[in-house]
Amino acid sequence: MNVFLGIDLGSVSTNLVLLNEEAELIDSLYLRTGGRPIQAIQEGLRVLGGRHRGGLHVLGAGTTGSGRRLAALVIGADVVKNEITAHAVASLKEVPGVRTILEIGGQDSKIIILQDGVVVDFAMNTVCAAGTGSFLDHQAARMNIPIEEFGERALQSKSPTRIAGRCSVFAESDMIHKQQMGHKVEDIIAGLCEALVRNYLNNVAKGKDIRPPVVFQGGVAANAGIRVAFEKALGVSVIVPRHFDVMGAIGAALLAQEAVADGRPSQFKGFDVGIRDYVTNSFVCQDCPNHCEVVQVIEEGEVVGRWGDRCGKWSASVTAPTPKVPHYLEGAI
Amino acid sequence: MRITFPRMGTSYIAIADLLTGLGNEVILPPPITKRTLDLGTRYSPEFACLPFKILMGTYLEGIARGADAIVSSGGVGPCRAGFYMEMHRRILRDLGYEVETITLEPPKGHMVDLIKQLRRLINVPLSRVWSTVRFAWGKLELLDIIEERAYYLRPREVVRGSTTRALRKCLSIVRGAKDMEQLSEARNKVEEILASVPIDPEAVPLKVGLVGEIYVVLEPFANGEVAETLGELGVEVHRSTYLTKWTRENAFLDFFRIPADRDAKRLARPYLGEMIGGHGIINVGETVIYSRNGFDGVIHLAPFTCIPEIVAKGILTKVSSDLGFPVMTLYLDEHTGKEGVRTRLEAFVDLISKKREKEQGVAW
Repeated sequence: MNVFLGIDLGSVSTNLVLLNEEAELIDSLYLRTGGRPIQAIQEGLRVLGGRHRGGLHVLGAGTTGSGRRLAALVIGADVVKNEITAHAVASLKEVPGVRTILEIGGQDSKIIILQDGVVVDFAMNTVCAAGTGSFLDHQAARMNIPIEEFGERALQSKSPTRIAGRCSVFAESDMIHKQQMGHKVEDIIAGLCEALVRNYLNNVAKGKDIRPPVVFQGGVAANAGIRVAFEKALGVSVIVPRHFDVMGAIGAALLAQEAVADGRPSQFKGFDVGIRDYVTNSFVCQDCPNHCEVVQVIEEGEVVGRWGDRCGKWSASVTAPTPKVPHYLEGAI
Repeated sequence: MRITFPRMGTSYIAIADLLTGLGNEVILPPPITKRTLDLGTRYSPEFACLPFKILMGTYLEGIARGADAIVSSGGVGPCRAGFYMEMHRRILRDLGYEVETITLEPPKGHMVDLIKQLRRLINVPLSRVWSTVRFAWGKLELLDIIEERAYYLRPREVVRGSTTRALRKCLSIVRGAKDMEQLSEARNKVEEILASVPIDPEAVPLKVGLVGEIYVVLEPFANGEVAETLGELGVEVHRSTYLTKWTRENAFLDFFRIPADRDAKRLARPYLGEMIGGHGIINVGETVIYSRNGFDGVIHLAPFTCIPEIVAKGILTKVSSDLGFPVMTLYLDEHTGKEGVRTRLEAFVDLISKKREKEQGVAW
């Protein structure tokens, strides 16, 4: 089967998707990155390749996420794209008239504003990770509630407790305090959802013109409590797309489809990158006081990529052929 | 007196010549590196802005190289920068470094003080001052021109990185010029080098204006190399602030009550009638100008906790929606990661290129 592969290599999760030529999702995979991005990609490709018993022909591959450059290097990508654009592309496909995208992932959150199918404004969280998936995970574990049930429990609340949500550390102490005061667990969870939404709207979405249709995606969109809190705060209904947790990867696959639309062959190295030997290491360049940490990726004993140097002398010294990318993307790789 | 000064972009080349020519022993501030910032952050109040912290680090590195005096400019209007020299002096004193400080305030309202401060810097016969100033000014202008040209060339270059390499060569040539004659030779050589960078004459790059607080706009280390990154993403950058322009306006035009930045201030008026310090009001006006001149967007560079820029950011949101003109603010501090800046810039470039595509329609 002819497919397009999309990979979203994030800080917390690594998502892979396969789209068919009609751009329909035929398979997806959600893995924990666990601080080992290359292994996560290799594992993901091995699993996907195995599920379809080698019957896949990849016409194009794209990567996104904070590890997009690394992922592109490992798999041989046709397109490397930032998360904002990837998420917007996927959302537009799912909800064509979308005006606002709320995206909350493992460690970052963003808002994207669109008009007539084009991104016109966006913002990402900068200094604060309160309200992202990692914090919710942590709170669920602390309260001994499986994260999958967290949202449902919130919906059972009749009167959410007011939680101070500006800072995740203080939110936690406030929750402990409210527990000790005797508030019901459901009310505290619902209160936390509302606090996180307030935090998001005040920090990430501040000054943005939020208009319906509003789409909510990213891993946290699994949490119905947060979705309902958004609906309450915004006064509009919030759409959670079917594949909300892999939208970045879907966007990357759609962009890959666009990139090879002119019939060029894909740079994809094959599902067997899973068995190739990759080593990454880093060193601190001592040639000037910048002390840049240079990271290098070694494939089968050969350096295929280097980055992290401000002056460019290390990244420019790689002799192995770098993946061919469209001119406008050259800077991104 | 062994004197050092803040390093801001390429200006240090001309400022060193100026101070040397006036008869001072100059301790060249070293390039700003992560170590500079670490050092500065350690000895600065947490909520001071990024320029304060970088300067703090620069002074400490200068002192370690033997400097015992610092010269810096004052601030304009209600901006904390006006206190910075005094704050730096006190912090240095508490650390056990007694240094002389010379603050050059804009002449308007500070003329007597400015003359007094300048006289401390002039240690040659007055007859030599004029030629020294003229030479340094000429250098500064040439440095500004080189940078402006690099902004034009980078998105058009055929070989990635060739502009940046040419730029470095030019800077070292300018640095080497010792008198007016050598400077005019340098000018010719620089022209030659820049003209030899192969470019794609057909390219129609996206155009983005850079506005913001002067230090973070001018010093690439402070802004995560925004201009270079944009250039390599295929964007022609235009900067409204150049040191020659800023000095001319604040030191001369303002003093003779010749309204500088006339347009920018006039165009900002519907949004902001008050002088809010720093570059706040100019940024608003410049953004309007960029939008009228067919630019695709504006990047607003703001040091985190900078009050004038916080005000400007709020107003720019309104300007952006009124004009349908993309504006992105980047807040910068010691925690700003280059990757984060890069991701936002890539997304911004996607945004403006889609917008342009849509406005121009599909060419059949």
